[in-house]
Amino acid sequence: MSADVGPPMSVERQAVAAQVLIRASRPRRARGLGYWAPPFLLFLAFLGVWYLISYVVLDGDRRFLLPPPHSVVRVAFLDTYSVTELLRGLGLTAQVALLGLLLAIGIGITVAVLMSQARWIERSLYPYAVILQTLPILAMVPLIAFWFGYGFNARVLVCVLIALFPIINNTLFGLRSVDQGQCDLFALHRTGRIIRLWKLQLPAALPAIFAGFRISAGLAVIGAIVGDFFFKQGDPGIGVLIDLYRSRLQSEQLIGAVILSSALGIVVFWFFSFLTKRVVGGWHESALDDPSS
Amino acid sequence: MSEQPSTATTDAASGPLPPALRFDRVSKRFPDGTAALAGVDLDVARGEFVSVVGPSGCGKSTLLRIASGLTAASAGSVSVQQDTKLGYVFQDATLLPWRTVRRNVELLAELERVPTAERRARAAEAIKLVGLEGAERKRPRALSGGMRMRVSLARSLVLEPGLFLFDEPFGALDEITRERLNDELQQLFLARRFAGLFVTHSVAEAVFLSTRVVVMSPRPGRIVGDHPVPLDYPRSPQARFTEDFARVAKAVSGSLRGALA
Repeated sequence: MSADVGPPMSVERQAVAAQVLIRASRPRRARGLGYWAPPFLLFLAFLGVWYLISYVVLDGDRRFLLPPPHSVVRVAFLDTYSVTELLRGLGLTAQVALLGLLLAIGIGITVAVLMSQARWIERSLYPYAVILQTLPILAMVPLIAFWFGYGFNARVLVCVLIALFPIINNTLFGLRSVDQGQCDLFALHRTGRIIRLWKLQLPAALPAIFAGFRISAGLAVIGAIVGDFFFKQGDPGIGVLIDLYRSRLQSEQLIGAVILSSALGIVVFWFFSFLTKRVVGGWHESALDDPSS
Repeated sequence: MSEQPSTATTDAASGPLPPALRFDRVSKRFPDGTAALAGVDLDVARGEFVSVVGPSGCGKSTLLRIASGLTAASAGSVSVQQDTKLGYVFQDATLLPWRTVRRNVELLAELERVPTAERRARAAEAIKLVGLEGAERKRPRALSGGMRMRVSLARSLVLEPGLFLFDEPFGALDEITRERLNDELQQLFLARRFAGLFVTHSVAEAVFLSTRVVVMSPRPGRIVGDHPVPLDYPRSPQARFTEDFARVAKAVSGSLRGALA
């Protein structure tokens, strides 16, 4: 908070002074060499260790356990059949994850809003939300397959079940943690419940809601991949492929599939971090100090 | 031009006018048993600026909350003159952090469903009135404490309230900003002639701003002193250092100390 000292400053000058203070406390990152070099060097080191293990630690018979990087690239990604199979599987899994996430977001926010409006609703629904969190959903995949089959919908259901709780929990937390003074302000003008929700509670809850999105997005990807793995049947997503390659000892494709799975997770994480920064970054500190920005 | 602001308590034609705000034997006991107020009688006439000073916890804020309807009195009644709009300035500026200054200033008018064009125009005028022209697009994060309080004031001014309730609005600010905002608030008061009820810890602030200073006892709060401030408006910043000022401040402090004894 800057003190208004000295000769009277015009409002413009005060605003500029405030901005300078804020910028000084948060130095801009140089996005040049200094920013990219350390992770890149670490990546090179990681590749080095990989080669070391492939050629030095493993002898010829056992090299199949960890084929060297160039071999993985050649067999998994440069071979047309292989890369097509991998990408198709990845695409299917990504669709499952995306749809599961969107449904979880829609249902989760609705449920959380309802719970925030009346304590009795919260008290009746919350135990089930907690059960959702604690239940080992992936271990229940055989049961889900038994009831709902092995198709796309069953996989999406698994994703929704996994991704739902963080959305409900974070949204409810955000809606409940509105500043009391701001609530008083709205109460003074006898604002209706819906307007208060739309103009005060939901905007105030956005940082928490987006944190929930980030968590659930990661969970949805994991849920799609691992769920796929446990289903074992139906249209092969990347999870099924991983199991397939494992059983056939096709280690290049196996590693390739794992790399693609990680890539999916990374892209999803980056996307939601970006989205958070855009929506919330303008006014909330939490999004600004995001290390991935 | 120096003058006393007209505190209209009688109408030539029809006798006494109703006060803008009246507390009639107002008491408040909280559910946990704390007695916050014990029989407060207080009138604020139209055009009067009344400050309430008292020790911490004496129920000053509760008084304001009862006046505004945020809290209900346990006994007694509070009445606001009919058709008088209320302005309330909290100690924290309570700005919505996701809105710009302009949108924050428009907020209350939005809630009261003022038509858009009129709302925009009144907000622009209020922003000018508090000296924040040029800062319309800033977010609260980028504002100093004093600027945020100005936004809070502008926000209330948009509705053109006849009665203004202030809950230690400048308490969190440094001395110099506080004095400047006192000057500006006085100018707003003289320009708009609202009735004001101003809660503060600071005797100097109370005497500088008010037509009358009321002193409250510690909890449970009652009125134990009522000091008119016979200084002409507009009061310059230097008025704080005149003999008359010191005399009134001394009397008020005396009441305060007496209440604590």
